[in-house]
Amino acid sequence: MSLVMLPILIAFTAAIACFLTRRTGLDRFISVIASAAHTVVSIQLLIAVAGGQIVVTQLGDWPAPFGITMVADGLSAAMTLITGITGLAVSIYSLSDLGRRTCFSGFHALFHLLLAGVTGAFLTGDLFNLYVWFEVMLIASFGLLVLNKRPGTLRGAMPYVALNLLSTIFFLTAVGMLYGLTGSLNMAHLRVTLDTMEPSLTLSWISVLLLLAFGIKSAVFPLFFWLPAAYHTPAFSVSAVFAGLLTKVGVYALIRVFTLILPLDPLLADIVLWCAIGTMVIGVLGAAAQTDVRQILSFHIVSQIGYMVLGLALGTRLALVGAIFYLIHHIIVKANLFLIAGAIHRIAGHTELKAIGGLYHARPVLAVLFLIPAFSLAGFPPLSGFWAKYILIQASLDLQNWIAAGAALVVGLLTIYSMTKIWGEAFWKPHPDGPGGLDHRPIPTPYILAIGGLALLTVCIGLFPAPFFAFAEQAAADLIDPTRYIQAVLGGGA
Amino acid sequence: MNSLIYKVGANLLFGILLVFSIFMLLRGHNEPGGGFIGGLIGAVAFIVYALSENIAATRRVLRVNPEHLAVTGLTIALCSGLLGPLVQEGLFAGQWLFLGATETDKGWPISSVLLFDIGVYLTVLGAIIALVLEMERHL
Repeated sequence: MSLVMLPILIAFTAAIACFLTRRTGLDRFISVIASAAHTVVSIQLLIAVAGGQIVVTQLGDWPAPFGITMVADGLSAAMTLITGITGLAVSIYSLSDLGRRTCFSGFHALFHLLLAGVTGAFLTGDLFNLYVWFEVMLIASFGLLVLNKRPGTLRGAMPYVALNLLSTIFFLTAVGMLYGLTGSLNMAHLRVTLDTMEPSLTLSWISVLLLLAFGIKSAVFPLFFWLPAAYHTPAFSVSAVFAGLLTKVGVYALIRVFTLILPLDPLLADIVLWCAIGTMVIGVLGAAAQTDVRQILSFHIVSQIGYMVLGLALGTRLALVGAIFYLIHHIIVKANLFLIAGAIHRIAGHTELKAIGGLYHARPVLAVLFLIPAFSLAGFPPLSGFWAKYILIQASLDLQNWIAAGAALVVGLLTIYSMTKIWGEAFWKPHPDGPGGLDHRPIPTPYILAIGGLALLTVCIGLFPAPFFAFAEQAAADLIDPTRYIQAVLGGGA
Repeated sequence: MNSLIYKVGANLLFGILLVFSIFMLLRGHNEPGGGFIGGLIGAVAFIVYALSENIAATRRVLRVNPEHLAVTGLTIALCSGLLGPLVQEGLFAGQWLFLGATETDKGWPISSVLLFDIGVYLTVLGAIIALVLEMERHL
């Protein structure tokens, strides 16, 4: 069976199996095994595409421009693997995080449905199929949001759903216009057809609509406000997988569509550039004003999205390398920080900074495990975030774009401010209720496994960036010159 | 909702929407329509009913748990996709069976394509109803 579809099939099968066993307690172990299988298959896929190969499957044996094509190039395969790794970490973590009631209502089933949606979005080579995967993701994530039956959850879920539906309308309108213009929905075929057309007002409109659609999904300034409202209410396992993966699907879609199908024209690239800078700055300033760990981290997602979109806006090969490197680094680090927020909540009883403290003395291991992703997020050498930021700043300097480079540096500094705030308040200062305010039971092993595993990955990327850089460079080269992608999808005749 | 006009209208709409949803599901084979849109219309029928009566009544009318409906649908869709590899063809390749086919008549066609659409229909119907009923409980 084809390697490209395997991760998606595993996720769907796992979703069904987890639903059927949700009352027996077996579902959590099925969940871990399935995530592990997802990861292993993704590694195989990554090996298959290493060196610039492109793996293609035509669903239902319909040839390319007519049927749905599933494609794995460097970027897609890397994103699929990172989805598997995040899934594995979260499913291990959830062994201790979730109460039986949450599992009863089908957390693991929805979780794997979400993984299926995310993986599908990364692997599809068809624009309309991308919409279908977005819907799968939306239904699963909305289900996960309302699982937790606290009143605030639904309030946070509403703007999330409303804005995502709006994004869907923009997306579908753009897809309809593109289909009317070219008669095709296959991404590779769209590029071939559009290359023969003159630039027109219609095409610009399509670009703008797609920018709006994916901009909402990825929480780019000024369309980001739904994110901090939704991400701090659900269970910690849920918010970790949201924080790691959901917005990044939007960023991936931006990168894919605006390199493969419709390369940005200079005016739009300028607009995207300013939006990216706005996203970075507003996100980090918003974080500075927050005092809840998860709220701070939510605003930092927004700020980090800015870096990735900046890579796309600059558009050079090095900038795209930076964006891809950033995507990979960010998913690991951000999911990990949300998992740590869960550990903080378990030990200190809260995530509001004023109400907690004393974690450094009580839990030095957790403190070290927090420092790794936190410093990586801020861009300390030699952690993964340093290389990601370094590549992007280098790319801005190459283009003599001083503002972008300056913004990236200043936002990095302000990120340190937020991270030291969490450090100082949660870890350093004594707990306001004295030592009695802390839970002195040992940290559950699954927590340590998940958090430690992701932290180890961060350190690895930081210490040995060369293979990751080489891989990102190959992937970026294929984005800038999609000839081989198009040939792989449409065959030699195109 | 406590309105006589809405209640009478809802009862009428309920049946019409359900029939229309099945029509959309079957029509989707060669024309616009299909399992997804059919499932959405079917879910709207139950939402209209839920607004005019209440959640408990809607669950009674539905007879089965909407979550079970969704998972059954997902299983059907997945299995129909796996039929292809079973006969050494591509994933999701349509499998056709012509009942009573003769030299001149192609008989009564049955396909895994329709099976997939029915799966999608049930998945969407079940998932949307489950979500809406859950939200109704909160409001």
